[in-house]
Amino acid sequence: MKRLTPYLLALPSWMWLAVFLVVPMAAMASVSLQTGNAIDGFAMTFSFSNYADALGRYSTQLVRSLWYGGLATVAMLVIGYPVAYWIAFKGGSRKSVYLFLLLLPFFVSFVLRTISWGFLLADDGVVFGTLKGWGLLPADFHVLATTVAVVGGLTYNFLPFMILPIYVALERVDPRVVEAAYDLYASRTAAFRRVVLPLSLPGVFAGVLMTFVPATADPVNAQVLGGTGNTMIGNIIQTEYLTNLNYPTASALSFTLMAVLLIGIFIYARALGTENVLEAAAR
Amino acid sequence: MAELNRAELNAIELDGVVKEYLSHGEVVQAVKGVTLDIAEGEFFSLLGPSGCGKTTTMRMIAGFEEPSRGVVRLHGADVTNVPPNKRDVNMVFQSYALFPHMNVWDNVAFGLKQRRTPQEEIRRRVGEMLEIVDLAGREKRRPREMSGGQQQRVALARALVNRPRALLLDEPLGALDLKLRQAMQIELKRIQREVGITFVYVTHDQSEALTMSDRIAVMNDGLVEQLGGPREIYEKPASAFVAGFIGTSNLLTGVAAGGVLELGGGRVLVPEGDGEVTVTVRPEKITISLDKPDGEVSVVPGTVGEVVYLGTYNSYAVRLGDGTEVTVFQQNAHDATTTAERGDPVWLSWPAQHSYAIGSRSTP
Repeated sequence: MKRLTPYLLALPSWMWLAVFLVVPMAAMASVSLQTGNAIDGFAMTFSFSNYADALGRYSTQLVRSLWYGGLATVAMLVIGYPVAYWIAFKGGSRKSVYLFLLLLPFFVSFVLRTISWGFLLADDGVVFGTLKGWGLLPADFHVLATTVAVVGGLTYNFLPFMILPIYVALERVDPRVVEAAYDLYASRTAAFRRVVLPLSLPGVFAGVLMTFVPATADPVNAQVLGGTGNTMIGNIIQTEYLTNLNYPTASALSFTLMAVLLIGIFIYARALGTENVLEAAAR
Repeated sequence: MAELNRAELNAIELDGVVKEYLSHGEVVQAVKGVTLDIAEGEFFSLLGPSGCGKTTTMRMIAGFEEPSRGVVRLHGADVTNVPPNKRDVNMVFQSYALFPHMNVWDNVAFGLKQRRTPQEEIRRRVGEMLEIVDLAGREKRRPREMSGGQQQRVALARALVNRPRALLLDEPLGALDLKLRQAMQIELKRIQREVGITFVYVTHDQSEALTMSDRIAVMNDGLVEQLGGPREIYEKPASAFVAGFIGTSNLLTGVAAGGVLELGGGRVLVPEGDGEVTVTVRPEKITISLDKPDGEVSVVPGTVGEVVYLGTYNSYAVRLGDGTEVTVFQQNAHDATTTAERGDPVWLSWPAQHSYAIGSRSTP
């Protein structure tokens, strides 16, 4: 009985995973190999061609999603790292206030926030309308329905998920270790490059994972802020499921996206050196 | 000319150094004016209780804190406003502050790499240094895979490999257990002799300071209370604070006349000075006896209170006639005759030279 206790304690979470992850995934895997239509029903035919068909039709959107997700992730890293650094090292006694401000947008729904960006970026909206009125921008200037709008929206929406893990990693860096670097003749730049940055890599790793994956799969930003030329894979999956009721194609696309992301993460972890990342994280 | 030579000889000079900072809108002085000369090759300790300003003083030498007033000189050159990475001193931090993501070799080589030392020389010097601190063969270990004592030696090697003009050590043995600490004290002293570099050692542990130092500055409340060799500081404390902080000490206060202080039915021989005087006597200088001793010694009667057996010696708490409590250590030697017990009336005696007046502030 004693030996079983840890397993029993873990049971609820295993059951949660089984019911809400394994079962739906298995169902989806099964659907992705079926043929048929919504009226006559679907039947299991093990048609692996579903995958080839889906990829053939939507490879553009898949590649575009990875591209947008990647761009947004880079933008978040460039914006988020300095913010995390500033809060961790210069935040002083107000750290928790800044962290709260960072989380404040979450009190408003994700979709609503994106829609309000739509208003802000509208061709004749508050910002651009006014600027055009003053003659500071050409009349045909527009941001909405461009790559900039979609990537910008993704960057805005997922930024806190980049900042928080980096902040946690930086917060754990012992200031004495940084002083030791200065003491050993390192300039500010060298101390950052050789000590602070390597020690914060686990946070960067986590931040990139937590933003790249949802940003790549996100359908909302492309739908609200993008135009016809900005459709992402998330929009396609949504349309296939909800509008076309083409469940096999939608399932096949979901699995393809998942596989691509997992492979990408694997390569990324190898490139960054998981060993170092995990070692630093285990400190 | 003589002045010039002296300036060249001193590894470190602090001249009227003051450190102030703002705390809740009030100016607080952590260091209230310290002037010190530390000679080349010296093992120098800054000793004092926490909050006495010893660490702040050291951080000003290292360059992590800028003095509010005063001058810091290294080998005669004014470095008061020079940042730490441009100062030729290195520090061993209290918690070692090793780079956790680097192995032993890279930790030790860090300073040399920052100074763009040629590869070949780095290899040679790091190898030699790891040899000196007895860590050869552990180059690939990470700090967290090592024991406290080993981490300590990595920290030492990482600083010493740069051959700094002075090495600053901030309570480096604080995290080690007693046995290891004693071994490291001897080890530190050996390494210092071997490399011949000036060591500035910050500690609150008086026995550590007494064991290793050539000279000690006892600090209290942002000021140096006494500066001198271990023997001088122990035998001739300049103030009640020093007497109390270094070892155990008995303070006897009274009015002296003609070199004698009448105290609770006895007489304490005072070296010099009349009037209000405070005299210190170390517990191990006092002899405890059941019969009144003869001769030109200080003699006072008292009653034995607590007796504590401490292995190599016994500790007696003896209450004098005027209520003063005096601590006496008596060695458990083979010929230890007195076996005074609780409640026994006894005589305490000690030769005149072991009473040291601190009230009169007379300097020997």
